[in-house]
Amino acid sequence: MTLYAALIYGAELDRGDGSPREMSSEYAEFSKAAAAVIRGGEGLYPTSTATVVRVIGGKGGDVVTTDGPYAETKEVLNGFYLLECADLDEAIATAARIPGAWHGAVEVRPVIEFA
Amino acid sequence: MTLPDPAHAALVRLVRDEGRRVLATLVRHTGDLQLAEDAVQDAVLRALDTWPRTGVPPQPRAWMTLTARNRAVDLVRRESARTGKEAEAVRLLEPPADEPPEMLRDDQLRLVFTCCHPALALETQVALALHTLCGLSTAEVGRALLVPEATMSKRLIRAKQKIARAHIPYRVPDAAELPDRLHGVAATVYLLFTEGYGRADGATAADEALRLARLLHGLMPDEPAVLGLLALLLLQDSRRSTRFTAAGDAVPLAEQDRAQWHRPSITEGVVLVGEGLRRSPGRPDPYVVQAAIAACHALAPASCDTDWSAILSWYDVLLTVHDTPVVRLNRAVAVGECRGPQAAMAELDALATLGGYPLWHATRAELLVRLERVDEARTAFDEALALPLSEAQRRHVAGRRAAFVDEVAGERPVT
Repeated sequence: MTLYAALIYGAELDRGDGSPREMSSEYAEFSKAAAAVIRGGEGLYPTSTATVVRVIGGKGGDVVTTDGPYAETKEVLNGFYLLECADLDEAIATAARIPGAWHGAVEVRPVIEFA
Repeated sequence: MTLPDPAHAALVRLVRDEGRRVLATLVRHTGDLQLAEDAVQDAVLRALDTWPRTGVPPQPRAWMTLTARNRAVDLVRRESARTGKEAEAVRLLEPPADEPPEMLRDDQLRLVFTCCHPALALETQVALALHTLCGLSTAEVGRALLVPEATMSKRLIRAKQKIARAHIPYRVPDAAELPDRLHGVAATVYLLFTEGYGRADGATAADEALRLARLLHGLMPDEPAVLGLLALLLLQDSRRSTRFTAAGDAVPLAEQDRAQWHRPSITEGVVLVGEGLRRSPGRPDPYVVQAAIAACHALAPASCDTDWSAILSWYDVLLTVHDTPVVRLNRAVAVGECRGPQAAMAELDALATLGGYPLWHATRAELLVRLERVDEARTAFDEALALPLSEAQRRHVAGRRAAFVDEVAGERPVT
């Protein structure tokens, strides 16, 4: 067996006020139907909640954060971690230790917690 | 409703001032900026409605805190009834323990660091600081920053959503991070100040920046960056009434009426510079050094009395702690005053990376005029004018160019 990451692209979903309380029924249906092969997965908040972390000068260098999603087209998605942190500061500090942040960038985006 | 009497005006001011303080506390109680804002807004309206009839309660802040808390509990209950989330409401229902007075100070400080968090865009930090820390309405923030109200409203909503969803923390950074984060906060306040300072009609933004700098100084009286920031703002602001003509044209420093400069601001600023230098002797804080430079200008009785060699020395100090092309450009102006235009030109030529910066071209143009390199001066003026400038700057540079072209035409017969 081989593990695959299925990365979902589409139009920005911003539900305006508050947070989405429940997963859409289509996703709930898919999650149930494909339960045998799904190992995990999450929905992400809109890109307006994103923070890009870069470390200037490589490992241990200055941590630079920018508001908004990663918008460069030169680099490609090479991988991801799921981090459980107390707050965004801890998430940024952890992201800055990912080698990818020393040479490229790491986008940190909160995961939706469905009620 | 609004009665035009001073007592009522004082009451409105009291309610608004207390509202700002209560907001910081409510953010801690609820952990939610939007909810806290809604609750405090309700308490403000209730106070404005009730107090004119009943009189101001003996402890107005406590009254407003309690009213806002009750409103927050109502809002959370209503929401939890809809979603089945009871825990939040229960937590809020617990009566708060007696809080020591310094708690309020800490609440405000935490809110400063939340609003000026580096994960928010700088212009968003500025807007959020005006709205949350200075208590300006969305429309007022929009006016102060020249952004349409609808755009500003969207920007503030997004910012608050990001704070909530991404869990931007509500705490004072620890000692290791504090210097960096404090410079971020200072940069936000300074940007707000320059936003207002550069325009004839920018008084609101500049006033609020000064108020924030004073708030920071009250919260962190020993931090050199805070001392330097407040000093720099006061010294620059002392010239406010002389910086623009009635028509809104910028008046250059050398031509300002120094008798009109605000002496108390200068005195206060100079004292703060001294304190800032004493508190950062080994490695002076960049804001303190910039304030020292502003003090050199402010203390010169006339433009021709300006101690340019002292200013040049301060720029040399500034370069050791804050070496940027723009600092080098300003230093080049001081070099021009001390050692002549030829020496300044050499400094400027070494800063060709500033080719996209209009003031680099404008500074070159002035030096070329002094060196009587007429054609190059004209080109440099034109290049400055082809780049983005504020309205006041544009008029100033265009005026300088016109005066210079006239002068040249007067000296040489037109062929």
